[in-house]
Amino acid sequence: MHNQEIQAAYGYLPKDVLDKMCEKTGMFPTQVMGVATFYSQFRLEPTGEHVIKICFGTACHVNGAEKVADALADELKVEFGGTTKDGKFTLETVACLGCCSLAPVIMIDEEAYGRLTPDSARKIIRDYYETGRA
Amino acid sequence: MEKQYKVIVGLGSCGIAAGGLKVMEAIKAKQATTPVTVSVDETGCMGMCYKEVLVEIVNPDGKSYIYGNVTPDKVDRLFAEHIGNGQPITEWVVQGCDLKTSEDSFFDKQERIVLRRCGKINPESLDEAIAMDAYKAIGKAIKTMTPEQVIEEVLASGLRGRGGAGFPTGMKWKFANASKGSKKYIICNADEGDPGAFMDRSVLEGDPHAVLEGMMIAGYAIGADEAYIYARAEYPIAIKRLKIAIKAAEERGLLGKNVLGTNFNFKIKIKEGAGAFVCGEETALISSIEGKRGMPRIRPPFPAQSGLFGKPTNINNVETFANVAYIILNGAGSYNKYGTEKSKGTKVFALAGKIARGGLVEVPMGIALRDIIYEIGGGTSSGKPFKAVQMGGPSGGCIPAHLLDTIVDYDSVNQTGAIMGSGGMIVMDEDNCMVDIARYFLSFTQSESCGKCTFCKIGTNRMLEILTRLTTGEGREGDIELLEELSDQIRRNALCGLGQTAPNPVLTTLKYFRHEYEAHIKDKKCPAKQCRPLIKYVILEDKCIGCTACSRVCPVKAISGEPKKAHKIDSSLCTKCGACKEKCRFSAIEID
Repeated sequence: MHNQEIQAAYGYLPKDVLDKMCEKTGMFPTQVMGVATFYSQFRLEPTGEHVIKICFGTACHVNGAEKVADALADELKVEFGGTTKDGKFTLETVACLGCCSLAPVIMIDEEAYGRLTPDSARKIIRDYYETGRA
Repeated sequence: MEKQYKVIVGLGSCGIAAGGLKVMEAIKAKQATTPVTVSVDETGCMGMCYKEVLVEIVNPDGKSYIYGNVTPDKVDRLFAEHIGNGQPITEWVVQGCDLKTSEDSFFDKQERIVLRRCGKINPESLDEAIAMDAYKAIGKAIKTMTPEQVIEEVLASGLRGRGGAGFPTGMKWKFANASKGSKKYIICNADEGDPGAFMDRSVLEGDPHAVLEGMMIAGYAIGADEAYIYARAEYPIAIKRLKIAIKAAEERGLLGKNVLGTNFNFKIKIKEGAGAFVCGEETALISSIEGKRGMPRIRPPFPAQSGLFGKPTNINNVETFANVAYIILNGAGSYNKYGTEKSKGTKVFALAGKIARGGLVEVPMGIALRDIIYEIGGGTSSGKPFKAVQMGGPSGGCIPAHLLDTIVDYDSVNQTGAIMGSGGMIVMDEDNCMVDIARYFLSFTQSESCGKCTFCKIGTNRMLEILTRLTTGEGREGDIELLEELSDQIRRNALCGLGQTAPNPVLTTLKYFRHEYEAHIKDKKCPAKQCRPLIKYVILEDKCIGCTACSRVCPVKAISGEPKKAHKIDSSLCTKCGACKEKCRFSAIEID
């Protein structure tokens, strides 16, 4: 799968790069797009500066992940899967981050934040803006 | 080597998420300025995730103490009192060799075979693994046993597939061994996709060599010289440590060409998944490694006859492989002495949800669920009554309180309607709505359905629609019966395990909590007060002192009232986020 390498290089799968790959390898665009849209990891759009992953695993779900997610969507004024207008944050939900004992958990870029409440989740975002990280 | 203090920080994903790297930084800074020589090291998951960050201090005489909830500001005192004065700080110790702590019962009922080295070695050090018997079993197998003898030993151990289905591992190897062909493959299924399960991640992060060695033994047994580990891309630390382990083993002649100077060759490659739950199904997984969409196909032919690139292939899960070297090294008898008649050995569980002591536990088969949840797990985290435990993730089911004496073995768990599964165990208390839990799992399976077969693709969609209807107060008479009918059809007709087991969360909650479904339909009420469209937040006038905390925290300005007077919530504006209830210090806000 070359898609993984392309995404590692560009952060997403740009259409012109996929076209080029088809040209060079003789693969059909349908094959490439079939794979690109099958796996949730692949993106066809670039992301914001920071990517927030909200864990929707079972442990997080029973510990109130949905409320945390709603608070974040409200704070950032963005839908799940979307990027904020200022291009700073992309808000995503993921099946499970595997840090179940810290539920509910979100991950911003590579850093995990656990035992969240709607309130503490909002504070994390405000903190990013206040400290100039976003 | 000079005897010295050893400080070890638990840096599995959980430990890192809890702030382990900052603790490590503080310890390293302190190490540099302390007059006594102290060695600092890291290890994988120690199991007590609920006490992360965990730091172990080993005295020069070998006595060991594990500290829980360590933060960077606790490091000074640890160095001053424990290392400086030789006095362990007893109130912070969660496990000490000569101390009794309130946490001892977490370990009392556990038996560690799979996790034998997890939390004890630095997973990035081959020497530490070898010092604890790594790669002895592969040496024993290739030098003193025939492939058939290896298979016999695994068969005699009674080991069954730990991915969830429980097929006897030795039998699987026997089929692959009997398949004709000079090229065969071993695959390790590390696509741990069940939400709420982290056993395999912890094993890979804590002791990657156990998995590699198990794969090598399987390769020798079936006659394969090449292997893949299909790992979730969401597990970057596990992948990184696997790569380090493979490289180190190759450099030492333990892996690659002429293993240990014999004519056995074995190469292991890592293939990263790309986020598709269905790829945990073996035929879908194979298709994904081949670079295609990860869609399952009809079996037979089974992978043992025609698998990866059309060659005979043996697939086992991470935990299964992690058991193998122990069995070969110590003999089947050392393994099958644990367990019940048909389920031998131990099982690792990821204990999470509303549990006081969540973490990674390994227990002998045959232990009662009650012992896991109360003795090891310490009961519910909220202190509220236990309601159910969910086993087997999206393919499993909820086991209610009155069945807590069920023992952990494949057949007993199946009888409840749940499945053993890969080891996720999510505890729920009375605040969790069972209809909502069923909806949660169906939304997961529906979005992860690959779309190939109609029963799964459309059936799970219809079931999700009904469940969504119920949780939003639009349930209709006959919905329960419709759910049952759909479940039956999907179970019998879906192509792969994902579809066939997708109705389980609905069927078990219907079986044990039917009254909750009925309340959602008939009374438009959610007995657990979880489903937002069916509840209302109200302020109790006699308890509200008018502190205004709630109105300030409300994101939609639905709360009004003058200071020092009882406040009111405008239900038409309220989004039921619960922020007010959480903020109120006078228990003046209730859910109706």
